Amino acid sequence: MSGKPVLHYANTRGRMESVRWLLAAAGVEFEEKFLEKKEDLQKLKSDGSLLFQQVPMVEIDGMKLVQTRAILNYIAGKYNLYGKDLKERALIDMYVEGMADLYDIIMNHDFKPANEKEKDLANIMDKATNRYLPVFEKVLKDHGHDFLVGNKLSKADVSLLENILWLEELKPDALAKFPLLQSFKARMSNMPNIKKFLQPGSAKKPLIQEKDIPNVMAIFH
Amino acid sequence: MAGKPKLHYTRGRGKMESIRWLLAAAGVEFEEEFIEKKEDLEKLRNDGSLLFQQVPMVEIDGMKMVQTRAILCYIAGKYNLYGKDLKERAWIDMYVEGTTDLMGMIMALPFQAADVKEKNIALITERATTRYFPVYEKALKDHGQDYLVGNKLSWADIHLLEAILMTEELKSDILSAFPLLQVSDHLISAWNVTHTFHCPALKAR
Repeated sequence: MSGKPVLHYANTRGRMESVRWLLAAAGVEFEEKFLEKKEDLQKLKSDGSLLFQQVPMVEIDGMKLVQTRAILNYIAGKYNLYGKDLKERALIDMYVEGMADLYDIIMNHDFKPANEKEKDLANIMDKATNRYLPVFEKVLKDHGHDFLVGNKLSKADVSLLENILWLEELKPDALAKFPLLQSFKARMSNMPNIKKFLQPGSAKKPLIQEKDIPNVMAIFH
Repeated sequence: MAGKPKLHYTRGRGKMESIRWLLAAAGVEFEEEFIEKKEDLEKLRNDGSLLFQQVPMVEIDGMKMVQTRAILCYIAGKYNLYGKDLKERAWIDMYVEGTTDLMGMIMALPFQAADVKEKNIALITERATTRYFPVYEKALKDHGQDYLVGNKLSWADIHLLEAILMTEELKSDILSAFPLLQVSDHLISAWNVTHTFHCPALKAR
């Protein structure tokens, strides 16, 4: 049996955070190798470790997986977080892809110039409260179950929780109009693996600080 | 048994084209309802047919599926174009994400100003020949088989073929340094000639 998965990325949320969340929710311990400077990324490229010269990269089960979605799909499949059949998977995929669109704008918010931040935040909140959150509130309302798909934890639930928490960091009352999402958040946060991940000292990364942005950008550009 | 899948999108390629390709490669006949004006899109939204108010949307097996990747994953899974196990699926996912990134750059071109477009075409050509195509050429070289994963046609091959044809439209000799991709191109085209023959949407490119 191979050792723990090894995650290769900068010491920040970015595109790796969803992977950290999913592994944590699955109860899988992992190691991280942080890129601190451009040379670290260069070394991975020269080693031939990065299929498309990009991170995230996760060493797992003898593979060097790249491409966030491929990594998440593999973890979800391996740890039974991907539904029981094709149709459940279709629902999970639809929900996750919708949330990925929201996640992209949330993730990029920290990197916006100061004079654009307010407008950007308004756009994020508009999309969240009018396009995305109502969908998931309705899903939970319609079937009355604790989880989004198949009455069982899946990567859709993990993705939803991750997005909700980040939205609340940007605007604490983001869930004001969504009572079922509020109870979803409370329930999910209390699940042992997730509770552990939400505690200080876990692999969960904080919001990026202004002062760290130049360093992170320098690695990739 | 459900009827044919029904695709809702504009007449253009956009995000629906990969879906048309995959259905055609799987030998699945489908119908299309084209969005011709804003009111058509509004109607779909008001009907509650679009989960996130967006197209592509595909009616298939009693579902109204949205989100391109979700739709493609479902079709691939249903028609055995997604590998035989988790590891093969991981490889297919990786390869498809690469071609998605490449095709995404090309799809954005029509909406760009002339000077930006020219710069991006150069970038696309560079990425295609230094980041993406070498990966697929090497994959075919290393295992010496006809298909990218598991010695069997998969979504990865169809997606690569689409990406190759799209890039060739930008630069016709883009495969000059990739002999194995050239062979793959012809092989799959030949394999699919019966399918594409029955698919007017692809014929009328």
